[in-house]
Amino acid sequence: MQDTKNELYEELIIAGFGGQGIMLAGKLLAQTAMNCGREVTYMPSYGAEVRGGTANCMLVIADNEIACPVVGKPDSLVVMNKASLNKFAPILKNNGLLIFNSSLIDIEPDVDESIEVIRLPADELAVELGSIKAANMVALGAYLQARGFLDIESAIQALPEILAERYHKTLPLNSEALRRGAQFAAGAIRR
Amino acid sequence: MKTVFKRTPTYKDVPTHYCPGCGHGIAHRLLAEVIDELDIRDRTIGIAPVGCAVLEYDYIDVDMVEVAHGRAPAVATGMKRTNPDKIIFSYQGDGDLASIGAGEILHAGHRGEQITVIFINNAVYGMTGGQMAPTTMLNQVTTTTPKGRNAVEQGYPMQVCELLAVLPGTIYIERCAMSNPAAIKNAKKALRHAFELQVEGAQGMSLVEILSPCPTYWRMNPPDAMAWIDREMVKAFPLGKIK
Amino acid sequence: MKVNTELTTTKRVLMCGNEALAEAAIIAGVDAYFGYPITPQNEIPAYMAKRMPEEGRVFVQSESELAAINMIFGAAATGKRAMTSSSSPGISLMQEGISYLAGAELPAVIVNVMRGGPGLGNIAASQSDYFQATRGGGHGDYRTIVLAPASAQEMADVMPLAFDLADQYRMPVMILADGLLGQMMEPVLLEKKEKRKLPPKDWALTGAKDRPQNIVRSLWLKEGVLEKLNEKLQARYAQIAENEVLCEQYKVEDSDIVLIAYGISARIVKSAVTKARKEGIKAGWIRPVTLWPFPSEQISKAAEELRIFLTVELSCGQMVEDVKLAVAGKSPVLFFGRTGGGVPTVDDVLNQIRQLTIKHKS
Repeated sequence: MQDTKNELYEELIIAGFGGQGIMLAGKLLAQTAMNCGREVTYMPSYGAEVRGGTANCMLVIADNEIACPVVGKPDSLVVMNKASLNKFAPILKNNGLLIFNSSLIDIEPDVDESIEVIRLPADELAVELGSIKAANMVALGAYLQARGFLDIESAIQALPEILAERYHKTLPLNSEALRRGAQFAAGAIRR
Repeated sequence: MKTVFKRTPTYKDVPTHYCPGCGHGIAHRLLAEVIDELDIRDRTIGIAPVGCAVLEYDYIDVDMVEVAHGRAPAVATGMKRTNPDKIIFSYQGDGDLASIGAGEILHAGHRGEQITVIFINNAVYGMTGGQMAPTTMLNQVTTTTPKGRNAVEQGYPMQVCELLAVLPGTIYIERCAMSNPAAIKNAKKALRHAFELQVEGAQGMSLVEILSPCPTYWRMNPPDAMAWIDREMVKAFPLGKIK
Repeated sequence: MKVNTELTTTKRVLMCGNEALAEAAIIAGVDAYFGYPITPQNEIPAYMAKRMPEEGRVFVQSESELAAINMIFGAAATGKRAMTSSSSPGISLMQEGISYLAGAELPAVIVNVMRGGPGLGNIAASQSDYFQATRGGGHGDYRTIVLAPASAQEMADVMPLAFDLADQYRMPVMILADGLLGQMMEPVLLEKKEKRKLPPKDWALTGAKDRPQNIVRSLWLKEGVLEKLNEKLQARYAQIAENEVLCEQYKVEDSDIVLIAYGISARIVKSAVTKARKEGIKAGWIRPVTLWPFPSEQISKAAEELRIFLTVELSCGQMVEDVKLAVAGKSPVLFFGRTGGGVPTVDDVLNQIRQLTIKHKS
């Protein structure tokens, strides 16, 4: 988070495998940021992968006009599987934030000491809430809490805008997952 | 003096560029007569092909467009979908419709476009100087089949009507000929029916194939060319209503 | 039945570039969309398939890009506003039809959401169709106007302009975007733009009612006629070059190095230049919005003083040739790019700026 003159300029990558709801988490974050009056760009990886392949999205959230939507060195990284950790951890900025899904990643990330690391058992927490599918929301909740420039309730309000109507029955679960992730991050032991 | 016959107004009073004995002139006149009889001139849009009939708009006095080789059915689709109240026809030769434009005619028929297609089959490429067409007869000599069309190397004459008839999107398909007065009269009836269907708003594509003489590239005199249609061409391309 | 539920908004909506473009086309009054699936622009036909019938307008999924461009040809010949969208290999197939549109003086809007090539290439973003887009692409002496948006908002903003330009000059207009612009989401404000004052389409095929027959054609066999027609087209192109150039620039006058980029590359360049300025490097940028007509005059003016020109593209170097023509040897023109789906980062470009300016000083 580049904070010159207290201006927000946050570059973020969310990554995992197809089917983990990576794009949905990214879209929700983008929608929330826009609703809260921020500038935002959301760039999905796109291609043949639907289930099981790699999926990632890049977001830039800022107070002022965003020039480049392509994230070369993210301030924050949320990774949901090991392949994504290996791919993106090396480009994470010093003093950045790393949230990783410890339910699927059984290694200790090898990153610079200045980086804030949150080990988030996203799958386990989601299963406790009722469905492993909500792990993406747990992760996003943890991210929002750790960064603090957007609040969880705004994200919950934005949910119906990005979830197709046929999935609106999952709104309570997803809302709870966002809150649970935030709660975890608030109490997490960070490095 | 009593007038027993006159030029139909939609057929322009100009000399055509067609060779002596060519079938295009007769087909044009029938087309113009049908347009006038149905009184649809002011809402008809025609599509000229690439081929000998490329200058069709010089002879048929309706709004017309000239399009890329074979693409007339796609152009017709764009016109009819955006102008459902207009009467859209394409006029295409065998190279245009059955060779380079095989995809377009098949899919226009497949989608059931509400258009009328006039398909002139003279078994040869005329405009480019007498090359083999998909409808060239077996053993027929052309500049690109100097020893005659050979089924093993060049395939058999393509039966467009029969191919299109299996598509649910086609509603009326008939094969006619420009080879004798009775056949010509029959062709006019077929053309009229094909246009009537569109005027009525019938759901689908209609196509009239016309076996047409090309004395120049058949290397025959006009009477022999007419006779060759009745004697030879009809063997590969049987006349009558296919669908 | 016209339902008319065009999505104009007073509030910003989060949309991907492809969808923003599609809705903007609807607002701009497109009568018909014809297209064939290809990645990375599939959001456009999907959006149109849903929205066009809601508006009582035409959507047809064609059997090929060849058919799509000819369906547009048909609709355009009757005076309708028609468009298609595709990506590089599909645009190659459309070149025949684009040449015929140019020859028959028909307005049409063609969207190319570029991907990597040659051949089937890949589906990643690329800018390697610049030559094809700006040089005409098909056969014959013609041009197409080429607009290069650089954001989801601009994907929407260029559509009414594209239709107006097409109608005003009776020619095909191409939107040259890329996979990233098509896929990325940004807040977009969709507004109805005032149409330009446009000439009547008295040439259109509408049925020859109470007037002589109209003919739309591109075949001119009589000696000298095609030459005259082509000269008329060239005069029109000259008029477009005079009046329709669009470009943005930043701190060019006070610069040692000027970066030139369009579309998504321009976004990367903007960030790199801002960073360079923070380091005290006198950098600026020029961003062509129209690729044809090209902002040659603006670049030529910038080249009156000796400074480095660095062109950045997602290609092996295509627009750089136009930059060289504009600079005409007055200053060094260099190129930096990635190809085949590679995208340079801001730091990659910044490093180029640093190296070039150090060399320049020494």
